[in-house]
Amino acid sequence: MSDIEARVQKITVEHLDVDAAKVEPKASFIDDLGADSLDIVELVMAFEEEFDIEIPDDAAETIQTVGDAINFIKERQS
Amino acid sequence: MMRRVAVTGLGLVTPVGSGTREEPWQGPWKALLEGKSGARRIDERFDVSDLACKIGAPVPREGDLAFNADDWVPPKEQRRMEDFIIFGMGAAEMALADSGLPLDTEEQKERTGVLIGSGIGGLDGIAQTTQLMNEKGPRKVSPFFIPSCLINLASGQVSMKHGLKGPNHSVVTACATGVHAIGDAARLIAFGDADAMVAGGTESSICRIGYAGFLACKALTTGFNDNPEAASRPYDKDRDGFLMGEGAGIIVLEEMEQAKARGAKIYGEVIGYGLSGDAYHVTAPAEDGNGGYRAMEMAMKRAGVAASDIGYVNAHGTSTPLGDEAELRAVERLFGSDADGLVMSSTKSSVGHLLGAAGAIEAIYSLLAMHDGICPATLNLDNPSVETPINLAAKEPVEKQVDCVLSNSFGFGGTNASVIMRKV
Repeated sequence: MSDIEARVQKITVEHLDVDAAKVEPKASFIDDLGADSLDIVELVMAFEEEFDIEIPDDAAETIQTVGDAINFIKERQS
Repeated sequence: MMRRVAVTGLGLVTPVGSGTREEPWQGPWKALLEGKSGARRIDERFDVSDLACKIGAPVPREGDLAFNADDWVPPKEQRRMEDFIIFGMGAAEMALADSGLPLDTEEQKERTGVLIGSGIGGLDGIAQTTQLMNEKGPRKVSPFFIPSCLINLASGQVSMKHGLKGPNHSVVTACATGVHAIGDAARLIAFGDADAMVAGGTESSICRIGYAGFLACKALTTGFNDNPEAASRPYDKDRDGFLMGEGAGIIVLEEMEQAKARGAKIYGEVIGYGLSGDAYHVTAPAEDGNGGYRAMEMAMKRAGVAASDIGYVNAHGTSTPLGDEAELRAVERLFGSDADGLVMSSTKSSVGHLLGAAGAIEAIYSLLAMHDGICPATLNLDNPSVETPINLAAKEPVEKQVDCVLSNSFGFGGTNASVIMRKV
């Protein structure tokens, strides 16, 4: 697991109160991890804070799975 | 024909201790009768160096009778609720456990509502988030900011936790909130809109902006920073303002025949409720106490009782120079010759002023006075500022069999409410 993946997993676990094992790239925040729309807004804010990036609202709407988040952050950081 | 309303469950989160699911009120009630004070320095909560009042009556989070938020709300959820909601969640669950109210069927859930109020709700959250926004910009504001601060979210969160689908309502009438919540909830049952209601008040305003604001109104005590337990002294000539408390009082109200049929423990019946406005001043009470007089008179008329039937009055008595005497004179005027022998005390001398929760915890104290035949004391009453034929229960509780009680709460804006309850 890369550093980015580990940090995304940690933040997701903290915010959604789920088992780390469930936080895999194909997991959907809403369908698999029990998040609602407000949770997602909060998660995106936490990713912005952690990785010091800005995730615009239209981009945030495309982040449905843990993998989506990891990929978005990787692109921004590269 | 109006239906009768019973009180079948109580829950207390107070500065002298909190209840549990097994003993929802016993611990804090015993502490009150023992003359415990919740007053202390609040330096650990926030910077008080530049505040004229450095004391308060916070809810204990450790030690005997501590309130442990984790017992009532999962840690993840706590970040999304200001303390007033968490206190309300705790007290509501205690009261529901105490009542044993059946909530198994869809119909039972749809016939049970929630009406919990607060004076100022998430005041600290609003202040902190405003500062965050000003420093870091609007995109740093949490999606949970609004629902963590809104006053009616105490009712909302309680309804979600317990699946209560009846009327979901709230009250905001400053320091009269708790009595208005109980009185209005009782009417929803009396009118047939619900068969049971979870009702009361909750407050968590012990924060810098809360102190700054009330200090600017000249409402808080400032002369007892080195002797906190002496600060709340209703009717005493040295009183100099109220002591800020926090916490929640929640009761379960239930239609009388349903409560009797299921063999519920009945603490009392809500028989009278009166409301009035002073139309006088934003913070000061009308000096003749006329608003309070009319609220009490209306409640007695509704209850169909005479002054001589009422054995105990839990006073609003906040320990402010103007308010205490105005209320005392109004009670004397209303009770006439029956004032002689009446017991009236201010439990704010122990727990401070819980603002929107005050009326609800004081209604609970009134019910328990009736339940146990003992009226709680007015602590620190060394030298009454005026003479009165009323027994103010100075420094010691008064043992007295009481069949009918009255509780008063008056708030900023000149809002007054009184509730009368009797033994069943």
